[in-house]
Amino acid sequence: MNKQHWKAFAAWVNGTAPERATAPLQELPAKRQKKHPPKTDEARRVRVFSRIYHMTSLVVCLSVVCVLLYTLFHLPLFGAEDNPAVNEVVERYVTQGLTETGAVNVVTGMILDYRAFDTFGESSVLFLAVSCVMMLLLKDQNNTSFADILQLQHERETEREISDPILQKVVSVVVPCILLFGIYVVLNGHLSPGGGFSGGAIMGAGLILYSAAYGMDAVSRFFTHKTFRTLTATALLCYALSKAYSFFTGANDLPSCIPLGIPGAILSSGLILVLNICVGLIVACTMYGFYVLFTKGEF
Amino acid sequence: MLPLYYNIPFLCIFLCMIGGIVMPLLKNGKCAVRCTETICFAVFALFTGLCLILSQRGESFAYKMGHFPAPWGNELFVGPLDALLCALFALVLGLSLLGGEVTMQADILPQKQNFYCTMMCMTLASLLALTTTNDMFTGYVFMEISTLAACAIVMARDTGEMVAATIRYLILSLLGSGLFLIGLAMLYCITGHLLMPQLLQRILLLSASDAYHIPLTVVCGLMTLGLGIKSSMFPFYAWLPPAHGGATTGASAVLSGLVLKGYIVFLIRIFYRVFSVSVVRNLHVTDILFVFGILGMILGSVMAIGEEHSKRMLAYSSVAQIGYIFMGLGLGTDAGVMAAFFQILAHAVTKPLLFLCVGRLSELRHHEKRFALLRGSAHEDQMAGIGFVVGGLSMVGIPLLTGFTAKLFLADAAMGGSVKMWTALLALALSSILNARYYIPAMFAIWAKPEAGQPDKHTKANRGFTVSAAVLTACVVLLGITAIPVVRIIQQELSML
Repeated sequence: MNKQHWKAFAAWVNGTAPERATAPLQELPAKRQKKHPPKTDEARRVRVFSRIYHMTSLVVCLSVVCVLLYTLFHLPLFGAEDNPAVNEVVERYVTQGLTETGAVNVVTGMILDYRAFDTFGESSVLFLAVSCVMMLLLKDQNNTSFADILQLQHERETEREISDPILQKVVSVVVPCILLFGIYVVLNGHLSPGGGFSGGAIMGAGLILYSAAYGMDAVSRFFTHKTFRTLTATALLCYALSKAYSFFTGANDLPSCIPLGIPGAILSSGLILVLNICVGLIVACTMYGFYVLFTKGEF
Repeated sequence: MLPLYYNIPFLCIFLCMIGGIVMPLLKNGKCAVRCTETICFAVFALFTGLCLILSQRGESFAYKMGHFPAPWGNELFVGPLDALLCALFALVLGLSLLGGEVTMQADILPQKQNFYCTMMCMTLASLLALTTTNDMFTGYVFMEISTLAACAIVMARDTGEMVAATIRYLILSLLGSGLFLIGLAMLYCITGHLLMPQLLQRILLLSASDAYHIPLTVVCGLMTLGLGIKSSMFPFYAWLPPAHGGATTGASAVLSGLVLKGYIVFLIRIFYRVFSVSVVRNLHVTDILFVFGILGMILGSVMAIGEEHSKRMLAYSSVAQIGYIFMGLGLGTDAGVMAAFFQILAHAVTKPLLFLCVGRLSELRHHEKRFALLRGSAHEDQMAGIGFVVGGLSMVGIPLLTGFTAKLFLADAAMGGSVKMWTALLALALSSILNARYYIPAMFAIWAKPEAGQPDKHTKANRGFTVSAAVLTACVVLLGITAIPVVRIIQQELSML
């Protein structure tokens, strides 16, 4: 035994050792194998391992759940008056939010003015997520075979042949309303409940519905890969630049040339309207982008 | 009116993020790589200047992001050490891109190269933000950005193996983020704040009055656990070797050298600026970190022994090196944290150097990663051979190199404690021997005499690699012999945190 180890070590130093097997991905035994368990040593070890593995994960999960539930009973009561969360921070948001941010909707004022840097990060997360999916699913001649292209063509043809008149008629009435409503929610984000995130989700849903009824070719007449990329990048860039200006003036105590306007008017509350439009565009594009990329793999 | 240099951190974060947004619109991958490198070196220059100014004046500052001061708006907080860390992160990221460019062209499809650069820019932005933020929730948001960007740069090389590695990485990383977020929500429940100075005040009051003791313990545990999983603390390292071992060269260098460090720096900031060291020590979190650190130091090296795949060996070695950092933290003293910071700096220059050298050597052998096939390859590119030897010796802990200095500080910090001292010293000695056990044979393997029958290939010289390996080698040596100024900066910062 010991000699073997030394031999293996010497072989490794000399570079003549056989390559160590990489971690097998298909360790879990298939169901079929359970009926006729193979008697090999390897299979038995895998079975024991997976049993221990499942038991351990169960114990760990349950203990974490118990600890978290136990902690929950020691947290302050939700909505109680003497909650630690009821402090000067919330007070200023609620009482002075309107005069300081110009937004009637206090929540919008909080996320897009008081804590706008966080929201910029969140929008970048969306942008990154859609970039990741594009990176994962991008097709080009290096990783696409001729058969794949043929299959894609076939799918597109069947999509064109099968059209559902009932769905199309309903969609042609409903989609303009959905898109209009989405735009309304985005533009009124500083006045009423809503804003970029929710309005963008509504617009994205409208686009998805339209492409489900009329096929993606119909959407790609006005919404191509290039439009998509430019639109997301421009919206996020616009957010970044306008917020950079606001952060710079704010931190250096310089006068800012952006008027707050009259609270309640549609053109008010400084940059919030612009930021809401940017966030709305990013969210709508992300939603539609996910749908298209995961169904078709490309634009 | 603020001094103008106060704006540098804010400008650099926005520069990186805007760079990341613009990258997909650029003409081709080459152009995008150039732009990313320019951004990195610009950030490096700005932060170096900031570090010099701050360390000379011994000052640190809070910078409000917007029109509203501390408890209401977001803030950044920068001291001399933060500036130094940011400068080093930017430099190493730029050099990794430069040195790994040829391999990247081979590994990543042309259309994906722009996205790869986007992810690199965003990684840098998230590292800068994690190192400088004064707001817990901003920290969480940038942790998410860092996670997504890191997964994407692992996935950029699309082979089935890498997709599997990415899924594993993504799941564990999201588990870490989730635990951190639960902790953050509970922390907000019991304190009502998200900014670090206010949190610190509230927590000191709570720990003095012994109110909410259980939630506070759980919050501290959850945050440490979450960030520990994300920075591959010992028992949670399973995602690291396949992801770091399989990614393209530049990506491995960035992931191992920098991304892990971002989370650890954030954790140390939380310990100092949110919970305060005394509370953390009373909750025994440091003791747990100490045990995990020691286990990681030894078992990481044990797993690296006998690993045939050169990059996976380096990845296992990263697990061990992260163990050193957690051991330093686990000592629970200022000296221990100082040593941990020094180890962060040391590993951030050494590991990228090793990854770049191995990448270059395997480039000479048709991108084969096994040591058996890399035999004698150092003769074909001597800079890569020298870089690997210097980096490897630094990891083993040979005097004059930065790894030795880091170990010296760790041992020095361990002095005084009774049980911890002996455990730490024994673990340091043992792990040094184990490090030598796999780095020295690897050095012999790459410098072995090439076999006579092998055809002498003349591959193109890789100027980008030579420059970046030379700079990183110089960093390893410089940091090893002139540690005193760096130590002074770290101590300055620790007194201000």
